[in-house]
Amino acid sequence: MTAHDGPGELDAQFEQWRQYVLRRRELQAVDADELEDHLRGSVDELVAAGLSPDEAFLVAVKRMGSLDELSREFAREHSERLWKQLVLTGDSGSPVGGTRSRRDLWVMLGCAAGALASVKVPALFGLSFDDDGSFYARNFTLFALPWLAAFLAWRRGARRSVIAVLAVLFVLGAVAANAYPLADDSQSVVVTSVHLPIALWLVVGLAYVADDWRSSRRRMDFIRFTGEWFIYLVLMALGGGVLAAFLFNTFAAIGIVPEEFISQWLLPSGAAAAVVVAGWLVEAKQSVVENIAPVLTRLFTPLFTAALLAFLVAVVWTSHGIDVEREALLLFDLLLVVVLGLLLYSLSARDPLAPPGLFDKLQLALVVSALAIDVLVLLEITGRITDEYGGTPNRAAALGENVILLVNLAWSAWLLLTFIRRRTPFATLERWQTGYLPVYAVWAWIVVLVFPPLFSFA
Amino acid sequence: MKVAKDLVAASATPMVLGILAEGESYGYAIIRRINELSGGELDWTEGLLYPLLHRLERLGYLESSWQAVAGERKRKYYRVTDRGLAELVEQRRQWDTVVGALKEIWHDRAPLTVQPLEGLA
Repeated sequence: MTAHDGPGELDAQFEQWRQYVLRRRELQAVDADELEDHLRGSVDELVAAGLSPDEAFLVAVKRMGSLDELSREFAREHSERLWKQLVLTGDSGSPVGGTRSRRDLWVMLGCAAGALASVKVPALFGLSFDDDGSFYARNFTLFALPWLAAFLAWRRGARRSVIAVLAVLFVLGAVAANAYPLADDSQSVVVTSVHLPIALWLVVGLAYVADDWRSSRRRMDFIRFTGEWFIYLVLMALGGGVLAAFLFNTFAAIGIVPEEFISQWLLPSGAAAAVVVAGWLVEAKQSVVENIAPVLTRLFTPLFTAALLAFLVAVVWTSHGIDVEREALLLFDLLLVVVLGLLLYSLSARDPLAPPGLFDKLQLALVVSALAIDVLVLLEITGRITDEYGGTPNRAAALGENVILLVNLAWSAWLLLTFIRRRTPFATLERWQTGYLPVYAVWAWIVVLVFPPLFSFA
Repeated sequence: MKVAKDLVAASATPMVLGILAEGESYGYAIIRRINELSGGELDWTEGLLYPLLHRLERLGYLESSWQAVAGERKRKYYRVTDRGLAELVEQRRQWDTVVGALKEIWHDRAPLTVQPLEGLA
């Protein structure tokens, strides 16, 4: 009854209409089925009344009214659909995506289990958290990050050569952490413990961009990945803290104190597994959830700018030199890192084609004020670095970082300025940041590999 | 004549429950039936009916099932549950009260062509 002249054509029209419906987030496949049946009922009746199938289709669609209104009504009943939910095993509607993400899930669980177990492997050789704290501090990232890199390399379908490079770098990291005769209370141990994670994280980055490591876009993706990964990790740490607190207090209430279980098993193994799980979450959610790092950046860029400007004004007003204590350089390094982070994550979320706006000017102000502060600090410090404190690994590393960040931010400020004045495209700034990533890697590896012998394992 | 939106919305639940109490049915047929019962005065939109059916299903007043009709076509049939019947009884009681009161007020009066003041006298 439906159509005499070309049911195929009518079916094509229904298919097209379905696609329109499915583009609405409020309307799901089952609703489309139900509405299509309604539409077909309407068409059948109109055809029976003498209209041609084409006419009937048009009239029936017109009668149904605008999809806007329809989806608004559906949204009132199905408001949960406007909150995107994470579907762990993929969209049930597409079997291909389903098996793919299910396989992801299993590989991730395997890698997380590997990370979990790795933490406890040294215990088999008699190394305990209590007695060999410095061993665990140096090596912790070596337990977790190779598994995250393995997961990412698997997902990217990395070539053998890339996998070999990754393996060599992780082995190199293990050598750097353990082969040098570093005393537990030496500065070099601390410097290595801080820089090895950075070096290894950039190795993870290599696994992340394994499919196209030269591409600036892929590197930017890795920067986005880093921000989201960190946020998920922090959220999981908060959840883990709550879990540990409940576990401790409930068991303590019945006279069992699970302190050893929590501190020796739950926290270290959980942290290592969380590293992998967070990476998987970012991969699984990247198209589902808005990135959080850029949102935080938007919130905090104006606040940090205001704080830095206030600080500069205060320095000028009181004409009080910056008191460079032992830890001060580190503090100002961290300040530069935060400013760089704010810059990076707003770059990562920016539409490259949008014209310069107020926010870009605000960022320029932020970067310039951070640079001004840092120059003040460097002026204060230059005289002392050679004589007063001497060349310790701590100082050398902190100074090196400061210079690296200063160069990056100074050139970024220049590029931002030319971008605001419409002399250079935004992409130049983006390429500068992504092209700079290897500099961090090279420096971190230098600190880890060259510094200990250079400073005679001090 | 157009029935006010609020009135349509308020009467929608008892109408759907009432129609489904006669036997299981599906969306298009329900709309046709309502149109027919009201002599074409009540013209429900899909945006009113389907979210309402989903809501009643969520509240447990209805159950649904997909059935194959005419080859590959699937159709979602709704049928009323015991809870739905209980709700229908309750809604009917309320509507009877409202309709009864209105009938009392309008008893034997000519439709509103009379002047309000004369009506009071």
